Parts: sequence; C-alpha cells; structure tokens
Amino acid sequence: MTDALSLAWADAWIRDAQAVLAEHRMELIDLDRAIGDGDHGENMDRGFKAVVAKLDEGGIDDVAGVLKLVASTLMSKVGGAAGPLYGTAFLRASKAIEGDVDANGVVALIEGALDGIVARGKATTGEKTMVDAWTPALEAAKAAAAAGETPAATLRAAADAAAKGAEATIPLQATKGRASYLGERSIGHQDPGATSTAYILNAAADAAEAV
Amino acid sequence: MSVALVIVSHSVQLAEGVVELASQMAKDVELRAAGGTDDGRIGTSFDKVSDAVTELRQAGHDVAILTDLGSATMTVESVLDLLDDDEAAHVRFADGPLVEGAVAAAVTAQVGGDLDAVVAAAAARELFG
Repeated sequence: MTDALSLAWADAWIRDAQAVLAEHRMELIDLDRAIGDGDHGENMDRGFKAVVAKLDEGGIDDVAGVLKLVASTLMSKVGGAAGPLYGTAFLRASKAIEGDVDANGVVALIEGALDGIVARGKATTGEKTMVDAWTPALEAAKAAAAAGETPAATLRAAADAAAKGAEATIPLQATKGRASYLGERSIGHQDPGATSTAYILNAAADAAEAV
Repeated sequence: MSVALVIVSHSVQLAEGVVELASQMAKDVELRAAGGTDDGRIGTSFDKVSDAVTELRQAGHDVAILTDLGSATMTVESVLDLLDDDEAAHVRFADGPLVEGAVAAAVTAQVGGDLDAVVAAAAARELFG
C-alpha cells in the first residue's frame, strides 16, 4: 500500500469516476436545476463516457497522460462551465506530476487542479463553487502527506474533506456564476460542482485502495 | 489586416441572430457564429470556437471573440490559453454586452479599426458608461 500510484491506478480512477457520475447523473441534474441550468449531471456523464471511450483506444503510458486525455476530452465534449473548469483542472494536474504518484505527488496533483480551477473560474472559497470542495481536499492531502501517510490514505483524506466541503456549501449563498443571480434563494442547496468534485476524488481514493 | 469577429453563445440561434444583426452595419466584416455544443444542445463548444478562430486566422484576420455568459467566456479563455504565443497576439476576448458589443465591434472593424479598437468598442462604453 505504500507503493506509488501508477498508470493502472489512474486508469481505474477515471473508469470508477465515470461509473459514479453515471450513477449520480440525476442527482447532479437535480442539484443543478435548483440553482443553475440543470445540465451538470448530463454534461459530466457525457464527458466521462467520452473519456473512457478514448482510454479504451489505448496508447497512454503514464498517469500524466491519462490526466491530459481527461483534460482535452472534457474541454472538447462538455458544453457547460464544467468543461473548461475540469478541463483546466486536469490539464494543470497533469503538468504537476511526473511518473508514478507518491503522497507528495497526490498533493501536487490536487494543488494543480485547484490552481487550474481558480485561474479559469476566478472563484475563491465561500462562493458556493467547486473551489469549496477542492480547497479542503488540498489542505487534508497536505496534512496527510506531511504525516507520512500512503498515497491511498492521502487521497482518502482528500476525498473525505471534499465531501465535507461539498456538504458545507448548502448554507452558503452563491456569489459566482449564474447561481449568484438567485441571491438568497441559492441558500439551502448543495453546489453541483462541489458535489461532482467529491465524487471524482472519492473514485480516486477507491481506486488507490483497490490497486 | 482586417479584424473578424466570432460570436460565442450557448444558443445556436442566438449566435446566428447576433451575427445577422451585427453584419447589417458591417457588410465587409467576417463574422462567425459559434453557438451551442457540438451536438447542437445548449452550451458552448471548445471545438466550434477553436475551428472558427483557426479558419479566420488562416484567412489573414485578427480575431475578436464575444460571449454571452460566464461559462462561454471560460470556454473562450481555454481556447486562448492553448494558442501559440505568436498566434495569441492576434486573437483576443472582447468583454462586453453581447448584442451592443457585437454591433459596436463590427462597425469599428468595418471602418478599419485594429484589434485594440475593436476590443475596446465591444465594451460598448458609450452606452454603459
């Protein structure tokens, strides 16, 4: 379990993420209907199905290659805000790592993803966006890696923190994106982007525990 | 070098409508609509924007890109990020209200404004202060 995470992990992660996003498609659609345009579940489902189809074609030989494939496919196939946001996140994550991924690599990957999202969406914490899931995930990953945890345990800490962060968006008022037009009416709903982030990071931790 | 415009909207019809309207006062300006997703749903398409930019650049134009909503702007910024440095100088996001901005930008391009002038016009400051 202390071994660094390899291509097999990255491949399993993205396939797990696709299955989970397909399973939660309606939930994400409902969350997005409450405070957005309702396309998030559909877009994530389509996007990750397209990614898995590309993975099936083969030809990828490292973790960064998988992340880059995710980035380019989501950017091109996801029509909503999630395309450029997740696309940029996975692109920066792919550039933040090299070879197999140890615990510090997990931190670098998550930090790259968060930097990409912040650069693209210009959001900060507390605005009821996916930043509210990625930020606590990064903090938890940093603490776990510093404590000498395995890559899998570092990812588990990040995933748990992302899930808590997503849940903590419920009482927030949206101040970014189209949900902000709803003002106080956005309070009481969990942010769909933070929710899909929690699912994706949970899939990463599940895949790491399985390899 | 004349400036061309790409109109990016979540809606195919809205992008085409803005092109129709803006071209009325700018008969010689190249205007491209990049509306909707690849499969015609509501949303924006990286590939549609990227293809329109590439086509207009190959025809020798500088390119100003206008958008309807924040996520369209993020798609455009993703396209701009992936351009080569020497190309990036010739392609700009023009921030402004879509309809007024497109008309103002198209007219500015029609009378020979350069990319800076067209991008500035798209902000439609005459109307919005």
